[in-house]
Amino acid sequence: MKLNRRIFLGTGAAAAASLSAPAVLASNHEKARVVVIGGGAGGATAARYLAKDSKGEINVTLVEPSRTYFSCFFSNLYLGGFKELADIGHTYGTLAAEYGINVVHDWAVDVDRDSKTVTLAGGAVLPYDKLILSPGIDFVDDAVEGWSLAAQNAMPHSYKAGSQTELLKAQIAEMPEGGTFAMVAPPNPFRCPPGPYERVSMVAHVLKANNPTGKIIVADPKPKFSKMALFQNGWNDHYPGMVDWIGEDFGGGNVSVNPDDMTITIDGEETKVDVCNVIPAQKAGRIAEIAGVTDGNWAPVNAEDMSTKADPDVYVLGDASQQGDMPKSGFAANSQAKVCANAVRGALTGSKVFPPKFSNTCWSLIATNDGVKVGATYEATDEKIAKVDGFISQTGEDSALRKATYEESEGWYTGITSDMFG
Amino acid sequence: MKNKLGALCLGLAVLLPGLTLAAEIGDTERGERLYGKCKGCHQVGANAVDRIGPHLNGIFMRRAAAHEGFAYSKAMVRAGADGLVWDAETLDAYIENPRALVSRTRMSFRGMKDAQDRADLLAYLRTFSDNPANIPEAAPTALPTDHDLDPEILALDGDPEYGEYLASECLTCHKSDGSSDGIPSITHWPTEDFVVAMHAYKRKLRPHPVMQMMAGRLSNEEIAALAAYFKDLE
Repeated sequence: MKLNRRIFLGTGAAAAASLSAPAVLASNHEKARVVVIGGGAGGATAARYLAKDSKGEINVTLVEPSRTYFSCFFSNLYLGGFKELADIGHTYGTLAAEYGINVVHDWAVDVDRDSKTVTLAGGAVLPYDKLILSPGIDFVDDAVEGWSLAAQNAMPHSYKAGSQTELLKAQIAEMPEGGTFAMVAPPNPFRCPPGPYERVSMVAHVLKANNPTGKIIVADPKPKFSKMALFQNGWNDHYPGMVDWIGEDFGGGNVSVNPDDMTITIDGEETKVDVCNVIPAQKAGRIAEIAGVTDGNWAPVNAEDMSTKADPDVYVLGDASQQGDMPKSGFAANSQAKVCANAVRGALTGSKVFPPKFSNTCWSLIATNDGVKVGATYEATDEKIAKVDGFISQTGEDSALRKATYEESEGWYTGITSDMFG
Repeated sequence: MKNKLGALCLGLAVLLPGLTLAAEIGDTERGERLYGKCKGCHQVGANAVDRIGPHLNGIFMRRAAAHEGFAYSKAMVRAGADGLVWDAETLDAYIENPRALVSRTRMSFRGMKDAQDRADLLAYLRTFSDNPANIPEAAPTALPTDHDLDPEILALDGDPEYGEYLASECLTCHKSDGSSDGIPSITHWPTEDFVVAMHAYKRKLRPHPVMQMMAGRLSNEEIAALAAYFKDLE
């Protein structure tokens, strides 16, 4: 029923839009069109599954400004020296050549939901029947006093992987002996909940080898964080005395920075630092807001198919979505993308739509061969994506299990990147 | 699983001191005769050494692949790293169908199907574990259950189209091309092996927490669908 209604609506809308938006769908013997904005774990996966499973029945366009995608997941391992930058870089050639996806390297600057078109910075206008937004995150303005994007060279966020990650790694390498690395951790919800703390571990790993009297301070607005006991035990075991985590109770949320002087002030106490990694509060990637599908900082979606509450023909995946219990992770975005692709294909071609199943696992590396993980399965309810079952690594696990967990994370990395990019 | 079982075991050991454990499992004398099937490869007793398989003294509560000096298969090493510990329950599952518990084990034994045979064999093996009276034992493992999967479950015909959709969840980690760095390959498995292995995770006999969680919410039909899909994946 839903299928018929949507096809009817889609056709009707296109007809109403007349010449400005060429007619769509089978009525005019044209293929259905899906535009995907954002080529990360959500968008690349959705595009690939739509193209692969529809076997040419759907015309898929993927809009992604970067020619090389650097995954945020594993970018901390690059900081720690466990991976090269090239190891986390991926291109879109296979998606174009083997899956027939129209890959457009441009910025999407506007979405007109009435005419069902996307406008690109280069001027092109792309009509769609279904629009999938997977734009990741942007930063909330003025979230950290004294910091703005203009200061991202002095105080990098490195929370979108690539040149920012390279910059932070170079700054860590140049720290003077006994110098201080500061991090401003973000408030919930944010991309990759264990990410800042895995990063602290990786910075500590580098300092331990090259600058063992170096210090790390973390100003955190939260009273607790993902895998907290695992990380704190790991820091004590591997990097004793090096990490000073200042949580909410000790004023970690009362923070300002001065990028010109390279100072950070935590609860009134100013400290001169050598590197300052500011990870501000986050919101959905801007195109979601431009499309008018956000409510506050994020885009509320229906758990069943990731369609937005605002528009049944616009879907939001991954970090930008407000879906319920899943963390904002690459794994989660990839999982949501497959549910979404199945539903979108069903709506456009009449293929069978299977019940949604979601899952997530986040691995983190604390030190060489000391990997930990947390994971859960989820189901769609009327209200949200709801957690069903979960697990977390235990403190005090033996080294063989921790090593196996790290090796498993490497296996997962090759698995998910193959699942995204073919 | 190890921790949970461990905690449970300790609790029982306190509650029920002095259990004659080997005898609780089965008939040691009958087990000694059944052990004839094993002794071509495995030795036990005072002068036991490793042969084709490792010697089995002290096997109870030893982690899989933990006996030093023996060259275990990659699959057994991985099972040990994942946390597989040999107790009456896991040994019972392994002896019943070795590949159900450790897919690519080198132990070329087709399995002992009779539950009482396995119980007796384990009772005999138990007498060669160090200080058996002190070995913690959970109640369910003292009397091994029959792990035969319901033949109806094995006979289910999976829907490969549904399997393809469900498989998309597996393929976040497992690679469709069958490569196996860090994460095992799951393509081209015989259907029965696949189904038995997934049910072993579902019942938390196999130790891996992600797989226990993933398999735990799959229905019998869904496991059959996945088996059907991965069997023929190009």
